[in-house]
Amino acid sequence: MRLRSFVAAVAATAMGISLAACGGGDKNDSSGGGSGGDQTLTYWASNQGTSLDNDKEVLTPVLQKFTQDTGIKVNLEVIGWNDLQTRIQTAITSGQAPDVVNIGNTWAASLQATDAFLPFDGDAMTAIGGKDKFVPTALATGGKEGTDPTSVPLYGLAYGLYYNKAMFAAAGLQPPKTWEEMVTDAQKLTDPAKKQWGMALAAGSYTENVHFAFINAAQNKADWFNSDGKPTFTGDGNVQGVLRYLDLMQKDKVANPSNAQYDNGTKSVNDFATKKVAMVINQNNADSSIVANGMKAGEYGVVPFPAPAGGEQVASHVAGINLSVFKNTKHKDAALKFVKYMTDAATQTTLGKPFSSLPVLKDAKPVFTTDAAEAATFADVYNTKSKPLPLVPAEDQFESTVGKAMNTMFAKIATGGTVTADDVKAALKTAEDQVAASS
Amino acid sequence: MSVATQEATPAAAKPAKKKTKRGPEHRPGLNRWLPYLLLAPAVLAELLIHIIPMVVGIWMSFIKLTKFFIANWSAAPSAGFNNYKVALDFNNAVGEGLLKSFGVTVAFSLITVALSWVLGMAAAVALQPPFRGRGIVRTFFLVPYALPAYAGILTWNFMLQRDTGAVNHVLNQLHLSDGRTFWLIGGNALVSLITVATWKLWTFAFLTLMAGLQSIPGDLYEAASVDGAGNIRQWRNITLPSLRPVNLVLVLVLFLWTFSDFNTPYVLFGTAQPPAGDLITFHIYNASFLTWNFGTGAAMSVLLLIFLMIVTGAYLFVTGRRSRRA
Repeated sequence: MRLRSFVAAVAATAMGISLAACGGGDKNDSSGGGSGGDQTLTYWASNQGTSLDNDKEVLTPVLQKFTQDTGIKVNLEVIGWNDLQTRIQTAITSGQAPDVVNIGNTWAASLQATDAFLPFDGDAMTAIGGKDKFVPTALATGGKEGTDPTSVPLYGLAYGLYYNKAMFAAAGLQPPKTWEEMVTDAQKLTDPAKKQWGMALAAGSYTENVHFAFINAAQNKADWFNSDGKPTFTGDGNVQGVLRYLDLMQKDKVANPSNAQYDNGTKSVNDFATKKVAMVINQNNADSSIVANGMKAGEYGVVPFPAPAGGEQVASHVAGINLSVFKNTKHKDAALKFVKYMTDAATQTTLGKPFSSLPVLKDAKPVFTTDAAEAATFADVYNTKSKPLPLVPAEDQFESTVGKAMNTMFAKIATGGTVTADDVKAALKTAEDQVAASS
Repeated sequence: MSVATQEATPAAAKPAKKKTKRGPEHRPGLNRWLPYLLLAPAVLAELLIHIIPMVVGIWMSFIKLTKFFIANWSAAPSAGFNNYKVALDFNNAVGEGLLKSFGVTVAFSLITVALSWVLGMAAAVALQPPFRGRGIVRTFFLVPYALPAYAGILTWNFMLQRDTGAVNHVLNQLHLSDGRTFWLIGGNALVSLITVATWKLWTFAFLTLMAGLQSIPGDLYEAASVDGAGNIRQWRNITLPSLRPVNLVLVLVLFLWTFSDFNTPYVLFGTAQPPAGDLITFHIYNASFLTWNFGTGAAMSVLLLIFLMIVTGAYLFVTGRRSRRA
């Protein structure tokens, strides 16, 4: 009798689990994809603020307003950048995905290739307010050229060269306009005996490193992929661009070799904010970290990241965060309403300051800083001196292979080794072969 | 007794008969299935946790599972043996990377196992004779084993930083270095990896060997001592042979753990793992998740599984034959 009860209990539990699993696909609600009602969307937001908790604090009232306006609830999860790509991969593989997700805009073409995301075709684009509301350069990061994008811009970012005004004034220097001036200034502001360096580099971060590989090569008019999407990593422009950036630590000696252990941009920004270095190249969302570390807004200035004399005036890639909707969402209409809301002018203004982002909407003004000159500099870089990273499916592989190759080369320099142009070419050839073998 | 009493009276016979009718001896069918029913949860768990993922992994190694198919991975086209060809083509960047990573892992495993065993054995022997405070020392030795791996390795990461880490500070104070050594990048990364893994593992060797030592009869040592054998000779001729069965299992387990260690490089180096610390499990993870090529990653995993099975089989065969000869 007891055994029979036990078997029955096991069977009942198993059935319960099965039913729960069946219901688990629709983890939000069962009211379908209609309009409002008691629907709940799941939204994975990337970490934009000073911490995951800070993101929740910023986003919660914004999402509550959306719920008040539409009746659609939003289940928020903020995910750190180290985990986001893996979480998205897992969601694509398992089908257990959120409805709406933030992505780094450089991943757009790679994620588009998975066919797991909703294309913003004519109807979907109209539902979110039309493509004309976006800055064209920002919208161009949404997917492969000539296709319906599978992501739309949410927060705009661009690189700028932050400099310490007091250090520059004390040395009688003006902010640099060319690469050569930047190096000369950095050398004058470097004094290892006083533990002061001209620049801080996130030289152990493969994502940061690959951005500078791209920008420096772009200044040399070099591309990383040909028109067929095949990697062309070993061109002279690419090699010289990478070497120029490595030389900041190797030949010019304006960066602390310890920077080779900096595996994220925050560490280099902190060095700048605590006045250990005179310059740092970072995206505009560094403002919040700089101020949080004690530097006052008027103590630093920003100029475009300079190109060498005669080089192409590319100062940044078109950086930023995009929004995507998973194709298998059961709440397509609600998800599109949410995308429309998040990319509305009012929401953009609300989020622009705490997340230090540039507007992705036409005619919108940056609100992330009260320094008009800084806002104008970043807006100018974003709108006129930025180039999108390669919009090809293998873009993510380019980031990981070239970025990691640069980590290794910086480590070699930091530990006393020398990296020549031939070494750079060989490292880029290995990266190119890895991409080719994995495509 | 009571049953016999009840059966002796006709009045009590009926309920007693009813009771025994419900017993398992009257249900031959249930008797036959009961062991299988009791085993079923374990079999199910084994299937779900090991067998099915392994079969899926093997299947994945024969398909072209790239980013273009992960949303509908059952539809990925067959790759035949191409994923294996790519992984084993050592003239190609992918195969060359795997071979280098394999070499790093072999060196890492052999040195870590050797160090862990030596430290564990030394501590177990030293703490064998009773003395005041032995319990406290034994407990202290078990701290690395009790500490969550993530927390311990992360602490090592802080200690091994070049400018702010405690290791360089201490070495500098002792005038053993200028305090500017890189531990987490360049060639020293392997030294750091071995140090942290040994710190994590040696206490397991210590625990196991201490338990083994306690099972050796004290009479043997007394007799040897009477015969004039010193400590080293006693250790060589009594302790080591007596611990042989424990050591066989211990060394194998330590080797398998170190060879498939993922946590240590993942937490110690993060995404910036240096070539000198590129252990094979982490290498496979990167090959799969950073380049979105899960087919090649699965092929690499299967090759690793085959290698470990061959090593384990050979080890057990050789050590078993020696045991039989002994």
